[in-house]
Formats: sequence, structure tokens, C-alpha cells
Amino acid sequence: MSGAKLDRRKVVRTLLDRRGDLLVVAGLGSSAWDCTAAGDHPLTFPLWGAMGSASTIGLGLALAQPRRRVLVVTGDGEMLMGLGSLATIAAQRPRNLAIVVLDNERYGETGMQKTHTAYGTDLAAVARGCGFAKAEVVHANARIAGVRSEIHRGKGPLLYQIKIASDPVPLVLPPRDGAHLKQRFREALLGKTAAAE
Amino acid sequence: MQRKPSRNPPADWSGAIYRALKSHRVSQVSYVPDAGHKRLIELCQADRAMTAVPLTTEEEGIGLAAGAWLGGARTALLMQSSGVGNCINALSLCANCGFPLLMIVTMRGEWGEFNPWQIPMGQATPDALRLGGVRTLRLERAEDAPGTVTAAAGLAFEGYAAVAVLIGQRLIGTKSFGEKP
Repeated sequence: MSGAKLDRRKVVRTLLDRRGDLLVVAGLGSSAWDCTAAGDHPLTFPLWGAMGSASTIGLGLALAQPRRRVLVVTGDGEMLMGLGSLATIAAQRPRNLAIVVLDNERYGETGMQKTHTAYGTDLAAVARGCGFAKAEVVHANARIAGVRSEIHRGKGPLLYQIKIASDPVPLVLPPRDGAHLKQRFREALLGKTAAAE
Repeated sequence: MQRKPSRNPPADWSGAIYRALKSHRVSQVSYVPDAGHKRLIELCQADRAMTAVPLTTEEEGIGLAAGAWLGGARTALLMQSSGVGNCINALSLCANCGFPLLMIVTMRGEWGEFNPWQIPMGQATPDALRLGGVRTLRLERAEDAPGTVTAAAGLAFEGYAAVAVLIGQRLIGTKSFGEKP
């Protein structure tokens, strides 16, 4: 582990910069707030619950939209709850799917208790073991622009476990109404007529 | 494992379910296997227009269904009744967002079950689904398979409901060990 950890808001802002037609699923808690702070967007689907589901929502979306790039942004605690999904994703080999795990080694919404990554769990190694095309632990700010580029162009499935600081950041909340979040996403992606199917 | 056919000759209820899924444009079929779903899984795997997605645990299929619907695709989720309990918290996706969900559940623990460990979850399955906001339809006779699955798919994809078809253990055949299929 290197010393200085990255600023989560800067990381996510860089990853979502010039996002083009990227489709984004944001895991519950701070990851969703980070994506909202970078700019609320109809093609971002932020979760407020269903912990452990962000990665499989990303998989369903990536399989349904093979011509679009799909990015899941989630936290270490959320990813740990759905660890088996890494095997499920790898078995499908979706070339258009990337997962970014913002790893502060803490459960940030519940009192900053240590997660398993604080005790040494290497999520990138798990993803590689499952068969991801590429999985990497990221420590340096200098690497983030490259990660952004690979999210748009790299051959997936990809996983980046980005070590971030656990300092508190201001709350920036997305809309909470799940039906609204679902429908605005479908309208932006499929068009109003198809979304009303 | 031995499965007694419900009819002689056995009616192809798995094929009927597959055809109902096709007619409702289901393109992703996720599953945790059950012997009762063996033929349906094989039919879906052999279909190049379908993506068969093996899951490590059943709640992954709820997320997959939500993501697919966001992307304009329809899914079905196959499991045995012991997997229903794994889905409960993930079902909040359907309750909050109105995601359609079509589950096809083979029942254990209800008809001549020899394995006591299957009985608690099997017996709790209909109530667990109801508490999770999932409507249930029973399928007890092979000849009802096309109508029941078509009705369930309509509720799910046109009614934006979470729906489970519970396939009775009596139809599937009671499992036993020590005999070749």
C-alpha cells in the first residue's frame, strides 16, 4: 500500500469527464453521491439500496446494450456483498463492461467500520481469478486518466480497485424516487416511445 | 435421481415454458440450476438469440433483470424454491423502481420431499415472495404451462409487476437418490 490516498471526488470527476454515451450504474452510498457531485445525469442509475446489486445491474445493461460502454462505480463494501457476481460477469465476458471500486477500506455510511479490504482482501486479484480481462489496484492520480480512457475503449470485463482516502466529503444526493430514476434512464437511452413499452 | 413423468407419455412442459418465454421476447435467462429446470436451461443455452447466465446466487438475477430492463431487454430468472430466500433484499429494486420480474421457481419441500433441509424454505416460499412484493401463480399440470407462463409474463412485462410461477413438486417429480434417471 502506498501512503497518499486519492480524493474520491476528483477521481470520479475525472472518470466521468466527457462521458459521451457512457451508461453508469452507481452503487449505494458515497459512490452514488460522488457520481452526483460530478453531475447528475439521466444515464446514471444511482442505487439507494439493494446492496450488492450494482455489478449485476451493470451486467444486465451491458448484455442488453452491447454497443454501449457500461461503467459501474461502487464502493468496497457494496462490491464485497456481491463478490460472487464477479464470477457471473467473467463467465459472460462482456467486452463493454467496466467496474470501478472506490476503496476506502471502510463502511462509510455506518460509522467507518473497516471492510475486508482493510484486512487485506485484494478485489482486483479476486476479479482476475474469476477471469476478468484486466483487473488492477490503482494508487496514483497519474493513472486515473488512463483508467478513464480504458473504460471507454478497453476490452472488458475490467475492474479497477482505486484506493481512496476515507476523509468525509459533502453530501450531494441524487433523486431518491426509483421509478423516476428508472424511467428517465430508459427515456434517455431508448427514446420516449420505446421507454413507455 | 429419478423423476416420474406426470403423464404417459410425459408432456413437454419445459418446452412449453421455453416457447412462452420466446413469444414474450425474453432474451436473457439467468439461473441457479435445479434438476427440474434441466431441460429448460438446455433449450435456452441452445438458442443463439438468448443469453443464458449462470448465477452464483439467486439475487444476482434480480440485479440482472433490472439492468436488462434499463437497457430495453427482458429476462427470466430460474431457480428452485431454496433460492427464493436469497432474493429478499434485492426485491426492493422491483418494489421501488417498478422493474418487471419473471421468476420460474421449481418447488421443493412440499410433495413427498425426502430431504428435511428443503422443507423450511420450500414451505416458506409463497409467503416469502408475497412479503417481498412478488405475485405468485401456481403451475400444477403440464398442460397449463403455456397459459400460466404467458399470463405471468403479461403481468410482468406489461403490468410491470414482479411475478413468480411456482412449479409444483408433484409435476416435476419427487427427487430420490440411488436410482439412475
